[in-house]
Amino acid sequence: MTTPLTVPVARTIVLNALHQVVPDEDLTVLGDDRPFRSELELDSLDFLSFVENLSAATGIRIDESDYDAVTSVASCVSFLTARGAAL
Amino acid sequence: MAEFTMPSLGADMDEGTLLEWLVAPGDAVHKGDVVAVVDTAKAAVEVETFADGVVEALLVQPGTTVPVGTPLASIGVGPVAPAAAAKPAKPAKPAKPAKSARPARPAKPRRAAEPVKPAARGATAQPPVHPPAPVVRRVARDLGVDLATLTGSGPGGEITRDDVVHAADQHPAPAARTTPAPPAPAPREGMRVSPYARRLATELGVDLAAVPLPADGVVRAADVRAAASGPAPTAAPLVAASAAPDAEDRRQRMRSAIATVMSHSKREIPHYYLTSTVNLGAALDWMHERNRDLPVTARLVPAALMLKATALAATEVPDVNGFWVDDRFQPATDVHVGMAISLRGGGLLAPAVHDTARLSLDAVMAAMRDLVVRARSGRLRDTELREPTLTVTNLGEQGVESVLGVIYPPQVALVGFGTVVERPWAIGGLLGVRPVTTLTLSADHRATDGFTGSRFLAAIDRHLQHPEAL
Repeated sequence: MTTPLTVPVARTIVLNALHQVVPDEDLTVLGDDRPFRSELELDSLDFLSFVENLSAATGIRIDESDYDAVTSVASCVSFLTARGAAL
Repeated sequence: MAEFTMPSLGADMDEGTLLEWLVAPGDAVHKGDVVAVVDTAKAAVEVETFADGVVEALLVQPGTTVPVGTPLASIGVGPVAPAAAAKPAKPAKPAKPAKSARPARPAKPRRAAEPVKPAARGATAQPPVHPPAPVVRRVARDLGVDLATLTGSGPGGEITRDDVVHAADQHPAPAARTTPAPPAPAPREGMRVSPYARRLATELGVDLAAVPLPADGVVRAADVRAAASGPAPTAAPLVAASAAPDAEDRRQRMRSAIATVMSHSKREIPHYYLTSTVNLGAALDWMHERNRDLPVTARLVPAALMLKATALAATEVPDVNGFWVDDRFQPATDVHVGMAISLRGGGLLAPAVHDTARLSLDAVMAAMRDLVVRARSGRLRDTELREPTLTVTNLGEQGVESVLGVIYPPQVALVGFGTVVERPWAIGGLLGVRPVTTLTLSADHRATDGFTGSRFLAAIDRHLQHPEAL
């Protein structure tokens, strides 16, 4: 990554990754702390696509054991910025 | 001569709207080729031909709604006629759809020239030449292009996806638009981009100008995917969702289609229900272990194991796999498990994973992902909707512990998986905590008895205990 993974950049990436999975949902009304899997009714295949998008956009590897850390926009941002800093 | 007719894609369908022709008179077609896109109450569906031959005449114009069974095109047997000729080999015999060999269909075939009632569609200032395909409408919405301002370059003036993308390139969306769209693809001078790559670029928000030019000068999907992993765009597309004009209409038609078929099911089918709790410890341990070393794209989800286990069990208990037709059970030769997919905006579809029992787990997984994407973008094939020999619903992913579903006629069984929860589980006299799911069966008592149903559930359970053999 050439762009440093700041909080605003990470947030943008997370919202983009969600948008690709649910293009018709209005993400502006999604609270940052809300569990989006249930809020957006993502099934396991949707969630997998989301993780794939997130990983592709950041180059950060996201293992199954990390899934519990990527459940809301806020938790995704924390996860990405923490991992991004460690790269 | 063969007739290509409006297919029935389920017990809930009695008419359909021809959206788009993918062939023209004179084109050679082969069994299995997608020749048209048809809009049903539930979704736009790609329709395959069952005949080999040459398209002689298109009998129905896009935008026309006709009853199931109405001839849409005539397909001749002759060799591919040279350029100009849409003419059949036989001397000028006008394609006469009425000459159907089939016995009395309720839908009486219409004459070629008279389009039946045009599809009622909302909000068109101009006469609806051809309603754009759903995917085109979606791209237009994403790119902020007003379809009413476009002239179509497709057959018969239909607006194609390329028209939309071009328009977006030339006239950047007006500033007044309330919702930002993903960055529009803007290829560099001299750059060639495959149509799929272009669409992917739009969907992934990739600026084509930033994609490194491959050696052969053609940007393909893989290049776009690679570019998508670069730095993120600066503005998050916080979503359009100004519902398409016909979204409400589609919702209504979807509800009414579901109402029809589910009422029919509950009226006709004497359902019986069985429930069993299945320990998923072995299956999930095995899956997590396997996923650990794999990139996201190659990982499995539990639903893939459940689908495959169900398919294998159905090969052992064939009485649950097939159709109740003409007052008797007709077993299916292969197992095509239908997978219930909820659609954004309401409703559901249950297309088949073809020949589920013979596919590897990876192939099942790939097929599931493919079906979900196509179900939601309106690009399923008619065969996929007609094919399921039994259905699996995975509503448990939304948190419910069990789902006792309504059978989709003419199928005779529906398998449900509840959410996976950790529960105390006694093994060999010791208590442990295991991930378990509530496995359910709704079955047609005309076709099977509870004893058969319980053998089926036991077989699913057994297969889930040996994930490595799935």
